[in-house]
Amino acid sequence: MSTSLFKPSLSNLPRRWWMAPGASDLFVGLGPVLALLFVWEAAAQAEHSLFFPPPTAVFVRVYQLWLTGPADHLFLTDAAFRDVIPSIGRMLAGWCAALGIGILCGTVIGRSRVISDLLTPGIEFVRAVPSPALIPVFLILLGTETTMRVTLIAFGSVWPILLNTIDGVARIEPRLLDTARIFDFPRSATIFRVVLPFAAPKICAGARIATSTAVILMVVSELVASADGIGHHIVDAQQLFLMTDMWAGIVLLAGIGFTLNLIFSAFERRMLRWHFAARGRAERQ
Amino acid sequence: MPTSARWDTIGRYVLGLIGLLALAECVTRLELVPAIYLPHASTIMVRVWFLLQDRSFLENLLATLYVWAFALAVSTFISVPLAIALGSSDIAFRIACPIIDLIRPIPSVCLIPLAVIVWGQGLFTKIFLVTYAMTWPILYNGIYGVHDVDPVTIQSARCFGLRRAAVLRHVSLPSAAPFMFTGFRVAATVGLIVLIGVELLTGLDKGIGAFILHNSVTGGQAESVFAAAAIAGFLGLAINLGLEAVDRRAFLWSRVDRYE
Repeated sequence: MSTSLFKPSLSNLPRRWWMAPGASDLFVGLGPVLALLFVWEAAAQAEHSLFFPPPTAVFVRVYQLWLTGPADHLFLTDAAFRDVIPSIGRMLAGWCAALGIGILCGTVIGRSRVISDLLTPGIEFVRAVPSPALIPVFLILLGTETTMRVTLIAFGSVWPILLNTIDGVARIEPRLLDTARIFDFPRSATIFRVVLPFAAPKICAGARIATSTAVILMVVSELVASADGIGHHIVDAQQLFLMTDMWAGIVLLAGIGFTLNLIFSAFERRMLRWHFAARGRAERQ
Repeated sequence: MPTSARWDTIGRYVLGLIGLLALAECVTRLELVPAIYLPHASTIMVRVWFLLQDRSFLENLLATLYVWAFALAVSTFISVPLAIALGSSDIAFRIACPIIDLIRPIPSVCLIPLAVIVWGQGLFTKIFLVTYAMTWPILYNGIYGVHDVDPVTIQSARCFGLRRAAVLRHVSLPSAAPFMFTGFRVAATVGLIVLIGVELLTGLDKGIGAFILHNSVTGGQAESVFAAAAIAGFLGLAINLGLEAVDRRAFLWSRVDRYE
């Protein structure tokens, strides 16, 4: 039966396919993407819609806006240095801050049952407050400068990292801790060589969720009272009715999100190689 | 868990909450920032109480909840069938996966300017943006759940002569349901955040976000801004805890073999 031959290939697909858009998947998938773009292009050319310019025009605009600079600036234009670089810089700064704070606090909280019980209600509440609702608050407290935007990004993206770290650290197998104690590990070695590696897969999952939160908050923070950044560019283009420019911004953001995801999964595969190897072995047994 | 340990935990929860409030009160009383900008925690709590009795605020709250519920329903109706189709057909999955991977990174908030210019500042804009944001988690978890059904189970079902549709109904769907529900839970919380963000950034007619925007623009209303943000937090917390309870009850059977 042809289906029974076909079925096993399903289970042979990478288990977490969306976490690992590998190169081969990308090439297999290029067909449908091109088809979609072609349909959009044809429809846009036929309709001459004001709001939905054809993709070719958008891509040309992306190129014109940001990639036609001099060679000694890596072909980036001044606009790229004004729009794109500050945005990405703030996002990375916020994300790194969230990572540091999240892992540090998460380890402390996760190691102690009492501390985690004391802090859980507070964390759950503060986390549930929508971060965009805090923009006015942050504007009042921190002004309109970079600090405000980085703080907002860090504040919003710290929660998945913090909660996953707490969870990962708290679920450590007692056997591992006992072993560390028998071998008389100093406290720091227990943390860095037993606890954190054990929690690493969970922390990575949290950090990955945090990247998309960080991108979203990067844009949100630039939609209000900003002078630069991709979000600012999009709002500016919208107010001047420059539809192609606006779409160029959206495409650029999608590109950034896609690239970040790609980089992160490569990094994760590299860093957690031992973990995936161990899990694969366990599954085969 | 033995009862005494459970009471310990609850006691610590209460203690932690009181401690947090006390800390917030102390920090705000220090007035590092003038109280006009950062009101005392107790003032905010009092304002929360009054807002919950204020008619116009309650209208805003209800407006937000309506849009939230409607968008959640729409995105569920879109993404559950799609997830089943993509999860059970290898070809459909291979075709759709790259397209999804390309669209998904577009953050919902960066579509705000586009939606506003195409559909105006109406209700539809809100619903579109929130539905967009809510669809991904349900779709993802749905595909993952349907895809990840134990192949042996499916093959056994087919050995017993079940057709494809019957396998889907009796094997794939039940075992994917817990994953889908997790996606639904994530969508419900994320959707609320996106919705309030959209209201806040566009000032769309009614809603908690619009209320916050309005009060932060008029000035001197910092208590209302903080109180509304706190109420939004309580709302998110209530939604999350409620759905968690439903999850625990409805999918107890799956939890047992997933974690034990």
